[in-house]
This record gives sequence, C-alpha cells and structure tokens, in this order.
Amino acid sequence: MAALTREETQALIEEVLEVYPEKAKKDRAKHMMVNDKALESSKKCITSNRKSLPGVMTMRGCAYAGSKGVVWGPIKDMISISHGPIGCGQYARGGRRNYYVGTTGVDTFCEINFTSDFQEKDIVFGGDKKLTKLMEEIEVLFPLNKGISVQSECPIGLIGDDIEAVSKKMAAQINKPVVPVRCEGFRGVSQSLGHHIANDSVRDWILSNRDGQAFEKTPYDVAILGDYNIGGDAWASRILLEEMGLRVVAQWSGDGTLAEMENTPNVKLNLLHCYRSMNYISRHMEEKYGIPWLEYNFFGPTKIAESLRAIASHFDDRIKEGAERVIEKYTPAMNAVIAKFKPRLQGKKVMLYVGGLRPRHVVGAYEDLGMEVVGTGYEFAHNDDYDRTMKDMGDATLIYDDVTGHELDEFVKAMKPDLIGSGIKEKYVFHKMGVPFRQLHSWDYSGPYHGYDGFAIFAKDMDLTLNNPVWKMLKAPWLKDEATAEKKAA
Amino acid sequence: MANIMIRRSAEGYVFYMPKRDIEDQITSMEFDTPEKWGGEIKLKNGGIYFIEPQSAPERLPYSVRAKRIDGVE
Repeated sequence: MAALTREETQALIEEVLEVYPEKAKKDRAKHMMVNDKALESSKKCITSNRKSLPGVMTMRGCAYAGSKGVVWGPIKDMISISHGPIGCGQYARGGRRNYYVGTTGVDTFCEINFTSDFQEKDIVFGGDKKLTKLMEEIEVLFPLNKGISVQSECPIGLIGDDIEAVSKKMAAQINKPVVPVRCEGFRGVSQSLGHHIANDSVRDWILSNRDGQAFEKTPYDVAILGDYNIGGDAWASRILLEEMGLRVVAQWSGDGTLAEMENTPNVKLNLLHCYRSMNYISRHMEEKYGIPWLEYNFFGPTKIAESLRAIASHFDDRIKEGAERVIEKYTPAMNAVIAKFKPRLQGKKVMLYVGGLRPRHVVGAYEDLGMEVVGTGYEFAHNDDYDRTMKDMGDATLIYDDVTGHELDEFVKAMKPDLIGSGIKEKYVFHKMGVPFRQLHSWDYSGPYHGYDGFAIFAKDMDLTLNNPVWKMLKAPWLKDEATAEKKAA
Repeated sequence: MANIMIRRSAEGYVFYMPKRDIEDQITSMEFDTPEKWGGEIKLKNGGIYFIEPQSAPERLPYSVRAKRIDGVE
C-alpha cells in the first residue's frame, strides 16, 4: 500500500517548500523527487552533492568528519592526530562506536583523542614544530603504534602549515608510515569529500607499501571494504564470509589494522559495503592491481542471501556450495525471527534520513519485516547513489537530498510515519513530537545490524521502539491543558 | 579535459568520471581495435566525449584524459 500517490507526494513537496523565499524554493525543489522506478538516471530529477543553502538547518558534517571520523579513525593500531584546535577531536572522539579488539592505549588507539591543541601562538607562528614534538612524544609514550596519520583541521589549511614535510621527516625518523591528510573541514560541501581525500591518502601513502613482498595467498582471499564495525557490524559480516569458505584478509576500516590494509592488494575480490566512502579506493585497486569489486548488502535475510550468492558467483563450486549451506543454516532462525516480529510490525511506515548508504541498504531489512519505507534521503550522497536508490525504493516514494530541519519536520507531520530512522540531531525533535525514532547511524547504542545475527537484533530493536507504550503517553503540555480545559468546560 | 576511467562490464565498456560522478554505459566507440582505440565515445545518457586515439590499453580499467564534446554534464 503506497502511503501517498504520485500527485499527492508532489503536492506535499510544493506545500513544504512554500515557506521559502523564491530563490531558496527554486534551489531546494531540485533536491526533492518522487521516485519513479522506470527512470534510469537520477541526473534529471534530483540534484545532489551541492552546497547547502545558507540559513537552513542542515545535518551535514565536514571533510574532517569524513576522514578522521569515518575512514581513518577506526584503524586501530594507527594513531590519528587531530591537528588543530582541540574541539574537533574531542567532540568527534568515539562517537561512532567502531568496536575493536585490543588494549586501548597499549596497542590500539581508536578511543584516545590525540590532538595538537592549537593556541593563538601556533596560528601566528605555525604549528609544524608542535607537530614534530607531538609525534616524538607519541613514539615515547605509545611505542606499539604502527603508524601515524595527521588529520588537518581548518586552521592548518588557512595558515598553510607544511604537514607533508613534517610527516616525511618524521616517517624517516621513526621508521613508520606517517600520513599527512589534507582534510580541512572547509573543503567540499559535506563529509563526502573527506572520504575521498582519505581514500586518496590511503592510496598514496599506504596501499603500495608492501608491493613485491611475499604474501601467502589462497584462491579465496577477500577484503571487506567500507564496513566500520559499528556495534560489531563487521564481525557479524565476517563470520558469514568465513563460514562459506572465504578468507577475509582485511577489514577496512572497522577493527582493521595497518598491516591488513597494506596486504589488501593481494586479495581476489574486494567486497564493498559502503559504496559512498570507499568506492574510490576500490576503483583504484581495480585499475592498479586488477582486483574486481562487488557491492553487497548485509541487511535483512533476503538481501543477505542475494549478496552471498553474488559473492559466491565470483568463486568456484566450493564457495557456491558454502554460500547455499550458510543460507540454509540460518534460514530457519531467520524465519523464526520474522514469524515473531512481522505480525507486530506489518504494514508500519518508515521514513529514513541517514548518511550515504543506509537510506537504500536497510530498505530490504524493513521489507523483510513487512514494513514499508515511504520516504528516504541522504545527507551527502552523489548522483550515483540516487541511481542505485531509485531501483531499491517503491514507486511514488518521497526522496529528499540534504533535507533541512524544517522540511523533515513537515514531511513527518504530513506523512505520519510509524517510525523514523535518522541520527542524533533529529532524534530528540521527533521524540518530543511523539514519533517512534531509531538512530540509524549508531544503531541507537545497540547493534550489530549487519548479517543474520544482526537482523535478529534489528527486528527486536524495531519492535521495542515502535510498540513501546511510552509514545501514547507523550503529549505536549499545552495540548494536554487544552484537552483537560475542554473537558472541564463540558 | 577531464580524467575518466573506462572499465569493462558484462554489457561492454563503462564510462566513469569521478569529478562529476557520471557512471554510464558506452554505447559506441569510434575506434576499437588493438592498434587504434578511442576517438569519439557515445554514452547511454546522450553524452559524447573524445579520447585521443591510441593503442588499446593492455588492461582495463584504464584512466585516460577525455574531452567533452556534447551532451549532459
């Protein structure tokens, strides 16, 4: 059952945009569309990856967030220095719950905030000396680190510090990779450019480090790319791949290590989960090392089975049998999960607004539970993401790019979804509106949601949120007063 | 002039321009022999680009400079 017809959805978009001034309205209208499955390319109907409109509330992050927070941060045995004033590093620390195994502060460093803590004098006189000193201190205090990356914050680009020179000098001195990353926050329109910059710096400084070195290969080597192990996601994916007979050489970058990344050019196939943040390096490896890559989706049993078969099709019969065996093994358990939760969730409407992959990837998992996604949108996707989204979404569903606070509120009020999946910045707004809400960036401190084990948790979490009696007890005080006042008057 | 990457899929050549996020099927390529490869390439979305004719790359994907002649951006 479609929530709204095509015309109604189009009318809703126009109604919501009505409050903007003429120019802003024209600009924002380009970022909304009503899905049409028949279309091949999104280019003509939706604009994406453009600068946010000044004056509206956007949920986007910055290039530094994309590089330090997403790609480089989860590499557990490297130290990522937040080079610049202290706030960026401190407020971004540990927020994404990239789980890892190791002793923090001894051989793993994800949760520690390393920063050069820029002061006025560093802005005036430059911070290169401070950066050198910081790296020397790191070597003394944390000798088990395998390498250092320098994540630039805005002032570094503004004052023109030469972090490349410092990195080169220090790399020679400590005999470990030191990677300068030019991910100043002002670059680009969103965190998406940060992903690209991070990919490029991995390509330039890490990827070819072990070229020509001996590596014991098997015909079943794969690498997991674009899985950041949020709440243990990469582990839940990895066990399925290993169960079907593949050898996972590297995890990029959740619970990943520098050695794994350097060994990745030896794999047979790159498995790409988050297309948006790691397609660049996959394409590079395809060109340089001839490694094919494959997008997969481990949300919900239908998509997992599809993905496992697609992955197996790149290998011999042993792996194909392995894939069937894995699917067969987990199907009864998944049927039990669906039998338990589907009656409680059937027919409920969901609206999504997440980052660069989940707005389309989780659709399958919701559909497995009998739920319907009525609206979806990305913070920082590009057009190739929308090309892919249009095929996964139902006809006449609403799609919005870089949606603003006002627009999302109004869409929710009009479409009345039973559940919203978005991030922390939206969470409390919708809680106060009395709409069930799950964070789909951090899994609302639950997880994993990837893989078969993850789906069981996903289904349970959605049920706990949606059917929680608390939503019926929420009513804004002024509305409550009116109701009771009316009662008294009557 | 822009950098593009050409790769092969089941349906033939695929065009990818990182800067503009254009990924599309190549419907026709003017020269497609081992000695002479490139020339005018036409995309499914209507775009036309030009690659300086050269000997065919030994391996795909292959990054190359291309000039936009016509069509969508």
